[in-house]
Amino acid sequence: MREKEISADSSNKLWNFFASVRLTVIILLSLATTSVIGTIIPQNESPAAYFRQYGEFFYRLFNALDIFDMYHSWWFQFLLLLLTLNIVVCSINRLSSTWKIVFTKNPPFNLSKFKNLPDKEEFTDNRSPEQLKKIYESFFSKSFGHRRIEDTEKGFRIFAEKGRWTRLGVYFVHLSIILMIIGGLLGSIFGFEGLVNIPENEVVSSIMLRKTGEIQKLDFGIRLESFNLSFYDSGAPKEYRSTLSIIENGEAVLKQDVIVNDPLRYKGINIFQSSYGTLPPPKITLTFKNRETGKEFEKNAGLGEEFDIPDGGGRFLLKDFKGSFNFMGHNMGMTFIGTLTPVSGDAVDVFLPVQFPNFDRMRKGALSVSVADFKHRYYTGLQVTKDPGVFIVYVGFLVMIIGCFITFFMSHQRICVEVTRSQDRSKVMVAGTANKNKMGMHMKTRKISQGLIGI
Amino acid sequence: MNSSNLLSIVTFVYGLAALLYIAHWLFKRPLPGKLATWTAIIGALGNTAGIILRWVESYRLGVGHAPLSNMYESLIFFSWTIIIVYLFIERRYKNRIIGAFATPFAFLAMAYASLSPNINDRIQPLIPALKSNWLIAHVITCFLGYAGFAVAFGINFMYLLKARDAEQKSRWLDHFPDTDVLDELTYQVIMFGFLFLSIGIITGAVWANSAWGSYWSWDPKETWSLITWFIYATLLHARLMRGWHGKRIAYLSILGFMAVLFTYFGVNLLPGLHSYATN
Repeated sequence: MREKEISADSSNKLWNFFASVRLTVIILLSLATTSVIGTIIPQNESPAAYFRQYGEFFYRLFNALDIFDMYHSWWFQFLLLLLTLNIVVCSINRLSSTWKIVFTKNPPFNLSKFKNLPDKEEFTDNRSPEQLKKIYESFFSKSFGHRRIEDTEKGFRIFAEKGRWTRLGVYFVHLSIILMIIGGLLGSIFGFEGLVNIPENEVVSSIMLRKTGEIQKLDFGIRLESFNLSFYDSGAPKEYRSTLSIIENGEAVLKQDVIVNDPLRYKGINIFQSSYGTLPPPKITLTFKNRETGKEFEKNAGLGEEFDIPDGGGRFLLKDFKGSFNFMGHNMGMTFIGTLTPVSGDAVDVFLPVQFPNFDRMRKGALSVSVADFKHRYYTGLQVTKDPGVFIVYVGFLVMIIGCFITFFMSHQRICVEVTRSQDRSKVMVAGTANKNKMGMHMKTRKISQGLIGI
Repeated sequence: MNSSNLLSIVTFVYGLAALLYIAHWLFKRPLPGKLATWTAIIGALGNTAGIILRWVESYRLGVGHAPLSNMYESLIFFSWTIIIVYLFIERRYKNRIIGAFATPFAFLAMAYASLSPNINDRIQPLIPALKSNWLIAHVITCFLGYAGFAVAFGINFMYLLKARDAEQKSRWLDHFPDTDVLDELTYQVIMFGFLFLSIGIITGAVWANSAWGSYWSWDPKETWSLITWFIYATLLHARLMRGWHGKRIAYLSILGFMAVLFTYFGVNLLPGLHSYATN
């Protein structure tokens, strides 16, 4: 028995802990403060980069605290969990009393409360209370949903109210946050985010996940039909456009262009334009020119290929290709890199920019090498994501906007009008209260009172 | 006349309006107040015309887009939202002294846009990432939010001045609204700002999801807007549920406005996806 009491007591304490708004304030400020860290320390970079930047001690410290991926760290997630619990418990705690107020058949009116309001309006009307009663009744029936009329000894009283349901607005806001958190969780558990590069006319059916670097297979293939790039006159990029086909069972089932801000969505998978680059054709034509004899030799080769240079010039390895290559601060554009090993002497690296066929002559070697121009291919870099939580998050967004609007700008308004006979005339008192925005309600009461004088 | 010239003139009109509001406050005469209102309205019309003209000019250049795409254009729009929010409050609450503490922000934003050498007022074509209908919704709502917070900051400043003068000695403050009116007004305007900041963050998230494939990626600007949101959410809860009033709320409001300024200007110093807003 005693144990039960103790456990009931401690669970009560726990409940009250989570029901406190002080906790809300602390959590919100903690979230605000800690969030700053991740905007100052770049997130998710390579360990080597961090090591260089912060030195060993801070690297180890930050690493231990998950600072380098802080928005996914256990302690940040823990704060979010606390916030969720706090919101849920607070809302449950308060909802029952709000519920009783909102869903009552006979809303109570406390006459003395209205009479004690400091900013009530009073005026006299030349008509009798009997005349006024009908007029006022129809006045209030226009804009107040609930009305009650009581006859008094010397006249009558009207209670009118509206917007009782707006007391629920704040629960919509809280619900919206819970929805966003649930949607976010769903996305991080069942969704993925990855990148894939596809050369023109090629098909891929798997992508590399951004976080882990693992390969994720897709249920279909994506073929890049073509990639188009356009520029403004100023040279700034105007549009990146990938024409993609979705391939299922070897057949194209859907063909669509993807540009930035206009992704392709297929079977719950979203495909976004993210980057692009250039690729050489499988074989290019290399020209070797002997400086002394002026003789030229041509050779077709592919990347990674090593071969004997014709006429006993040594060996050549076509090592690498760069879509854009920086040489002493100048952008050379598409450039091949090769290793030239003469019959006698040391191997040298040669740089072969496609746009500048004479570039290698400046090396003043016995042989100068150039690459004949070719039609390059593009590859497109696509971001591929799946997020089954997005719908719930979006519902959360909508509920939040509606909820905030209700909470901030609508209120439960109550008006009391008392009319008392004084000789042939009527003394009228108008008083109004609202659960929010007292200043606004005061102005509204005055407006209603002026409206009553006018009719 | 091109839009840049027109907007430079508007800068001076706003400066004049701010001076007239200040004169109205210091000399306690209604005439400068009335003149101030008319000057502010003329400025707002000029500002509107400038924005429309710039929009038209961008179409003439063949790169047509809403003028909301870089720092210069956002500052111009920021001034516009501040003036509109302020004029609305003036009309509603019939007090012009607030103008002395709100319109200088519109002037400062405009002057910074027109005069700072770091800010380029040329019309630039849109980069692919910004080509979206969400651009307009996102920028308009964010800046309505920022404008709300800026005006709230001004009113809050009045509150702090008035609250320090508890014995009502200062001649400069006797035409100020009462402290509880200022306190309530700050709160009302902050709620307006909060609603629009929320919509701004949400439209940004939806846009990010259609451009980059994820609605939230903790990029510094996103994170800072969320930090701002957390601070104002704290303020609203502290006031509504714990009955905080007066100075404590005022300090939170100042903290919130600092976060707004950092979200707007400071984040550009940090690396991230919003880098196009830098110049």
